[in-house]
Amino acid sequence: MTDLTELGVAAIRGGVAKGDFTAREVAEAFNANVAAASALNAFIVTTPEKALEAADAVDAARAARKRLGSMAGVPIGMKDLFATKGVQTTAASHILGGFVPPYESTVSSNLWAAGAGMLGKLNLDQFAMGSSNETSYFGNVISPWRSRESNAELAPGGSSGGSSTAVSARLAPAATGTDTGGSIRQPAAFTGITGVKPTYGRCSRWGVVAFASSLDQAGPMARDIRDCAIMLGAMAGFDPKDSTSLDLPVPDWEAALNADLKGKKVGIPREYRMDGMDAEIEASWEQGKAWLRDAGAEIVDISLPHTKYALPAYYIIAPAEASSNLARYDGVRYGLRDLPEGAGLQDMYAATRAEGFGDEVKRRVLIGTYVLSAGFYDAYYTQAQKVRTLIAQDFANAFEQCDVILAPTTPSAAFALGDKSDDPLSMYLNDVFAVPASLAGLPALSVPAGLTQSGLPLGLQIIGKAFDEQGVMNAGLAIEQRANFSAKPDRWWA
Amino acid sequence: MSVDKQTVAKIASLARIKMGDEELERMVPELNNILAWVEQLGEVDCSGVEPMTAVIPNTLRLRDDVVDADPLTGGGIRDKVLANAPAPEHGFFGVPKVIE
Amino acid sequence: MSNYRIQGETGEWEVVIGLEVHAQVTSNSKLFSGASTMFGAEPNAQVSLIDAAMPGMLPVPNRECIRQAVRTGMAIEAQINKFSRFDRKNYFYADLPQGYQISQLYHPIVGEGSLVIEADEKAGIPQPKTIGIERIHVEQDAGKLMHDQHPTMSYVDLNRCGVALMEIVSMPHMTSPAEAGAYVRKLRSILRYVGSCDGNMEEGSMRADVNVSVRKVGSPELGTRTETKNVNSVRFVMAVIEQEARRQVDLIEEGGTVVQETRLYDPDKNETRSMRSKEDAHDYRYFPDPDLLPLELDDAFLEECRASLPELPDAKRARYTGELGLSDYNAAQLTAEVETFARFETLLAEAASQLGKSEAVVATQVANWTLSVAPGVIKSLGDDARMENNTAAANAAILKLVDAGTVSGGQAKEIYEIVLKTGREPDEIAETEGLKQQSDTGAIDAEIDKVLAANPDKVEEYRGGKDKLFGFFVGQTMKAMQGKANPQVINELLKAKLG
Repeated sequence: MTDLTELGVAAIRGGVAKGDFTAREVAEAFNANVAAASALNAFIVTTPEKALEAADAVDAARAARKRLGSMAGVPIGMKDLFATKGVQTTAASHILGGFVPPYESTVSSNLWAAGAGMLGKLNLDQFAMGSSNETSYFGNVISPWRSRESNAELAPGGSSGGSSTAVSARLAPAATGTDTGGSIRQPAAFTGITGVKPTYGRCSRWGVVAFASSLDQAGPMARDIRDCAIMLGAMAGFDPKDSTSLDLPVPDWEAALNADLKGKKVGIPREYRMDGMDAEIEASWEQGKAWLRDAGAEIVDISLPHTKYALPAYYIIAPAEASSNLARYDGVRYGLRDLPEGAGLQDMYAATRAEGFGDEVKRRVLIGTYVLSAGFYDAYYTQAQKVRTLIAQDFANAFEQCDVILAPTTPSAAFALGDKSDDPLSMYLNDVFAVPASLAGLPALSVPAGLTQSGLPLGLQIIGKAFDEQGVMNAGLAIEQRANFSAKPDRWWA
Repeated sequence: MSVDKQTVAKIASLARIKMGDEELERMVPELNNILAWVEQLGEVDCSGVEPMTAVIPNTLRLRDDVVDADPLTGGGIRDKVLANAPAPEHGFFGVPKVIE
Repeated sequence: MSNYRIQGETGEWEVVIGLEVHAQVTSNSKLFSGASTMFGAEPNAQVSLIDAAMPGMLPVPNRECIRQAVRTGMAIEAQINKFSRFDRKNYFYADLPQGYQISQLYHPIVGEGSLVIEADEKAGIPQPKTIGIERIHVEQDAGKLMHDQHPTMSYVDLNRCGVALMEIVSMPHMTSPAEAGAYVRKLRSILRYVGSCDGNMEEGSMRADVNVSVRKVGSPELGTRTETKNVNSVRFVMAVIEQEARRQVDLIEEGGTVVQETRLYDPDKNETRSMRSKEDAHDYRYFPDPDLLPLELDDAFLEECRASLPELPDAKRARYTGELGLSDYNAAQLTAEVETFARFETLLAEAASQLGKSEAVVATQVANWTLSVAPGVIKSLGDDARMENNTAAANAAILKLVDAGTVSGGQAKEIYEIVLKTGREPDEIAETEGLKQQSDTGAIDAEIDKVLAANPDKVEEYRGGKDKLFGFFVGQTMKAMQGKANPQVINELLKAKLG
């Protein structure tokens, strides 16, 4: 019998539907891999019984000849930013220690309704703030990948580092991610998997611990484009509980996948070609152009003139929103409370938040507090939101000349844990290619493009027009078919 | 613009994060690095540009005025609301005594 | 400008007042959640996951709250902003689970408007005065803290948390406690007419933040103001202004300066005191709420709001004095409260129909009945009055008996008493309880003759020009008739006999 954990979403669903194997067998196989991979620290909590329970329900439904959902029999990892009813939800922060939500996020609810099961809650950067998964209260996630040149532990990317590790290490066929400024695409690129950030508003934010409300967007992380298309179809949909949710039908993205790009124009933003660009990244980008040309697309040069300002604008807007979103963690209604002897209410707040938040979270809360404070609001926040308008306008102009944009996902392959953790700014710069699409709310993905000389995965990014996830995934599929990426990490951890 | 230790202390207090001297001192250069870097936004000519309000064109929907229409957004769930409270007290949330 | 002055050591001072009134919007559910707004529930029983600010919870605005704010704005003839936004006001307090209040700072839903307070000579308001209103915005109420339940803890109840408020911000146009009192009363009346707030100050449905500053009479500059928070009655609003103006004048004259600060009113001591010493710690870091999109109102929505507005106090009052011919006093009394005019208008329609006369003809009679006769009887009965018997039909039937001369005013009251106690029909009561006045000219005629015969000297005096004695003869006749004669018939017969 084939190793079920080598199968992706479509294959598992198909096999279960056909009766090649049962959903329970699939869940057991992945549960076993999860149990054997504690060295990767991908999960904060494992829930093998939940995976089995969902699998049994699918097997029973199949036996009863009931219609199976689009994710039937597929066990997945759930980023621990999604509230899961009765299962601890922490956002990888001490401040939410022991928090057990009495509610289920809309996205996870949708996935369970589609027949998926939960293997566990995945580790992440604390409150999704980070690009290396080194800010989790529950410890670093270790990438399953190793460079040929060194045995150093590598960053799985962030903030969805537990998700990227779990999928690439075959601990889960797919996992949920959230992307605020690259948190799906960058970890996908670092670990040789595919991750899709849909248009802002496609997936409900209800029940997802908020980082930066105007940017946060959930999406799938899986082995390939088809699996992502299936999973996004299950996650997405209008939710009246989220005021920013898009009231649009969810297209059948999987059915409409088409790698033939004849008549399509692919834009290459000249501002993404930066001084001192990594030669391997540049080569991979060139290769991507060739593949897309091969798929029938026309390559055109475009300009996104305000690219340079995207990252600084992001590092005002996201912390500003976060400073306010995180004010609710105060030790009154849930989570950690630190009440020093004789402390008053305000002292309790300060002690609880000092104890509960990690350094990166504190840093961003302070930045956010500062840029919103009296006298600075216009110079920082208003200016950043104006620049954001210009960035969105750049994309709108570019999309008059092209259908999708091709760019690298990251400026480098995965770096070693600890390499950048002392220098917040160099860490932030890792998201330089990812952040512009986030600021403009556009759909974007990262698809594996190959390996570096030292054997580490690289991703290519496709950015599309608002609502055009299909165009983005079709271009991604064209790359996928030509890149033929089949590398996977050696199983050193088990 | 740059911040000194006193300013960081003030921000930390505004954000209700207790910070000792050492931590404040460590934060000063870190924050200043970030602030100096975001300062480049000042170069951009934004005259006549509106700040972003809705990233994807969308209008605010209004819901009907119905009590407990959806159990996920309605009341009458005191047990659930208090389930995670560090100090639930007779149906209330307990906090250190506040003197007004 | 009112003539309210504060006498200081150094001369006369005047006071400048602005009010921020927080009015709870009448709605079934909260501004951003589906939890109930009902008053008086068990602690935390009306709290949703959203109100408790659980992680990942999001606000979705209640249409009715927006509609009521717009209708209120229309009622004060204000600019309605088709584009508005919600902003977050960030601060930490135990009654504020989100760590921010969703409010509207930069783009409120309602812009400038105004209302008119009536002239009130006695209160030092010689003529009607227009008070400007700067804005109305919609925001969330906070929860409630209880401090007396536990020796070392305060208890938090979030039932009120997230209930919709309108903050109605006046311009600093008031210059006496009486004007401020009149403003609050008028505003309350408008809100209740519109139905956007029940105006119940005891339950906290209306609270005012009172901004007060003083300046030397004639000085063009405004002094530094203080803000006294959460004042919950008209009487207290006026007391705060008196106390605060006095305090500020004394302070300045002693060489001190007024500090811009938040104060609290202590009704027991009738004084205000500083509320938060660390004012500098307040930096609310307002910014647009990224969980909510801009609120854009379309024409259809605005039209519905306008079409659903009732006749407002000023218009109603003008109609009462104009079309209905009521006195200024009666019109003012009848239009002050929603319940009063509602009762009046129902009875007016019923009476006009039963009497077969126009509303204008019967209006004064109905007004007098509504304002003085009926309340007097009800009050005297106390708990014996069963208000379910107090129907417009019964009241109108009594008025019809009076109008026809069948019963006297006094008899009408007696009939009304019985109606209230028993629910019996007024016509039947008049018939069976002997509560009808005598209009039989023969009987009256006979009694008049007796009276005149018994008082020849008075008849002489009357004929000699002492007109006032007419009343004496009426009284004597009525007495002889045991009060049951129709006074109009007595008058006519007497006049004829006395020549």
